Amino acid sequence: MHYTFQFGVAWQRLPDLWQGALLTLELGLLTYWGGALLGLGLASLKTYGGPIGKALANGYVTFFTNTPALIQIYFIFWGLPDVGIVFSAFNAVLLGLTLNTGAYLCEIMRAGFLSVRRPEMEAAETLGFSRWQQIWHVIVPHIVKTIYPALANYAVVLMLGTSMAMIFGVEELSGRAYNVASENYRHLEMFTLVAGMYILLTMFASLLLALVGRAAFRVKTRVF
Amino acid sequence: MHHLEVKNLSASYGKLRVLSGFNLTLSKGEIVSLVGPSGSGKSTVLRVLVGLTPPTGGEVFIDGSPVSYRSKADIKSVRDRMAIVFQQYNLFQNMDVLRNVTIAPLKIKHWPKQEVEEDARRLLAKVGLAEKLHVYPDQLSGGQQQRVAIARALALQPEILLLDEVTSALDPELVTEVLDTIRALAKEGMTMLIVSHEMAFVKEIASRVVLIDKGTVVEEGPPRQVIDTPSTERAKEFFGKILRH
Amino acid sequence: MIVHKVVDQLARFFGPDNLGLLWQSVGMTIALTIIGCGLGFAFAFLITLARQSRGLSGAVLRIIVTLFVEVFRRIPFLVVTYLVLFGIAAFVKGASLFLIAIVAICIYATAYLSEIIRTGFESVPHQQIEAASAMNFSRWQTLLHVILPQSIPVILPPAIAFMIAFIKDTSLVSQIGVFELSFRGKELVNQGMSGLFVFGMIALIYFALSYPLTRLGRWLEKRLASSRGQEPERQLRQA
Repeated sequence: MHYTFQFGVAWQRLPDLWQGALLTLELGLLTYWGGALLGLGLASLKTYGGPIGKALANGYVTFFTNTPALIQIYFIFWGLPDVGIVFSAFNAVLLGLTLNTGAYLCEIMRAGFLSVRRPEMEAAETLGFSRWQQIWHVIVPHIVKTIYPALANYAVVLMLGTSMAMIFGVEELSGRAYNVASENYRHLEMFTLVAGMYILLTMFASLLLALVGRAAFRVKTRVF
Repeated sequence: MHHLEVKNLSASYGKLRVLSGFNLTLSKGEIVSLVGPSGSGKSTVLRVLVGLTPPTGGEVFIDGSPVSYRSKADIKSVRDRMAIVFQQYNLFQNMDVLRNVTIAPLKIKHWPKQEVEEDARRLLAKVGLAEKLHVYPDQLSGGQQQRVAIARALALQPEILLLDEVTSALDPELVTEVLDTIRALAKEGMTMLIVSHEMAFVKEIASRVVLIDKGTVVEEGPPRQVIDTPSTERAKEFFGKILRH
Repeated sequence: MIVHKVVDQLARFFGPDNLGLLWQSVGMTIALTIIGCGLGFAFAFLITLARQSRGLSGAVLRIIVTLFVEVFRRIPFLVVTYLVLFGIAAFVKGASLFLIAIVAICIYATAYLSEIIRTGFESVPHQQIEAASAMNFSRWQTLLHVILPQSIPVILPPAIAFMIAFIKDTSLVSQIGVFELSFRGKELVNQGMSGLFVFGMIALIYFALSYPLTRLGRWLEKRLASSRGQEPERQLRQA
């Protein structure tokens, strides 16, 4: 069976795809920062919490990192309504990905917490820093520098992961492409464009993150 | 005819000129020592000879025949005749001592297994490591690893042995065992080009010393003459500084 | 009232009608992971070897491989799956969904695993490579005798971790209709079962697959941490 490529038709719908890309970015940003806050809380609980806190955090992280994000969102979107909690598609994806991201970022941040060496803290103490000053001026910069590459990398992973939202009808980049393709029947061309856009988006994001890393945190990460 | 002759050799690392107009001759059974400050290019000479760094100009002759470092076949035959021992020993970490010594003769030269193994055992006994045949490099001291590296180089039966600062990475107390090994080789008449800064050893074992600085020869001659009574200003400066401590 | 409902769901879920299909779908999830990632590893190995070739003819190969890896590491797996689906459907009639899924998984895994393998190769200290070179080892001989044995302990842990993690990613191929675990779950909910119950159970099944293997993977990583491609007896003696 011979297929005739009609890229022109797909190319015309580029503005639609850009709109979708914006939603991808929005979704990515929201889930990342939400997940980061959650992850920070979990990591703190896991490192400094009592036995109950540790067990809870551990259980949460273990569960969310060993089950697919798709199933987690399915549970929220198709399951929670059974007990009366209904989320819109966008919110279900937002919540699901945030909870999922929180677990993974917790592990990254915990590695950061564990990387702080006693000598550093003791040096800060002898220099007369108060507890809070120690944390802010010595520990936090050290942690951020250590985990920045992993954090930056996960941001890109998450951006790609938002494509899952299309399954629930959310019109981020992939979802938009799918719906447009249903109109113009140029599925292959549309998704080729989508692939190209993801590549551009991730390259741009990696570049931005690498530059920010070098400028703000003096972390040398691969630009690509 | 010289065993090895180097004429007007030049080499660069990127934009940095490391060797220029370097000349050297080596007769059969002669031991020549290359000395000089760091960055002078002395290790580069060895690297170029064995084909690890391409020269940018000049000529190299072995037994009168020219060697072209652009030709893969030429490099291959050079490596058949010259062996190098590195400062960091560079042993293969995934092989035990015996295997490190036998692998090249077996897999590269395809020499018969029986002979290669007997030869390897003999060489390892000669460098004093007969009981360490099945030990892995990370279980050996630096001095022991270096002796394995020497045995490994000798296993390929080279005509010329290149030694690149082979004691520089060792703890002082491990240096003697390696120098003893080299002394034994000298007695057997091996042609050697030794880069070193162990001046006492150089005086004892080398028939000629070449002082190299900024990629060219500054002075050369018998060790006692060059080291104790240098004639050029630069040589006086170098040896003066070295020998004062 | 709730207890009654739960019991009812349990009966349906573990009843004869569903159990067989459930097993099948689990089997499919596992098969997709093993076959897809297994092939991916093999191809990743081959293309990393190809990347080692030198010279002009090698340059073309190197560029193609590098492009492939860089491109497919920047596209979501779901999009790769759809691309393969539409791509194959455009030129081949009646290709099986399983095949399409395997191709998609294979492409994705190849891209990621080849980076892991390449990093492993580069982890071998270059001084050993120089020593081999000076002894007239050809590039391939150096690869075989020096690089491969020492890079395997560096490659295996992240490669295995990738494959174990992929069990969760296979859930996405349910979108093109492949009969794996997530697909079965969605089917059951479409048939009227409780979403809460079904996806809760499905999550537990994924957990049962993923968690023990993850622990196993970490154990393996510890075991390989100190070896360097040396003889197994030596590692046993050490341990």
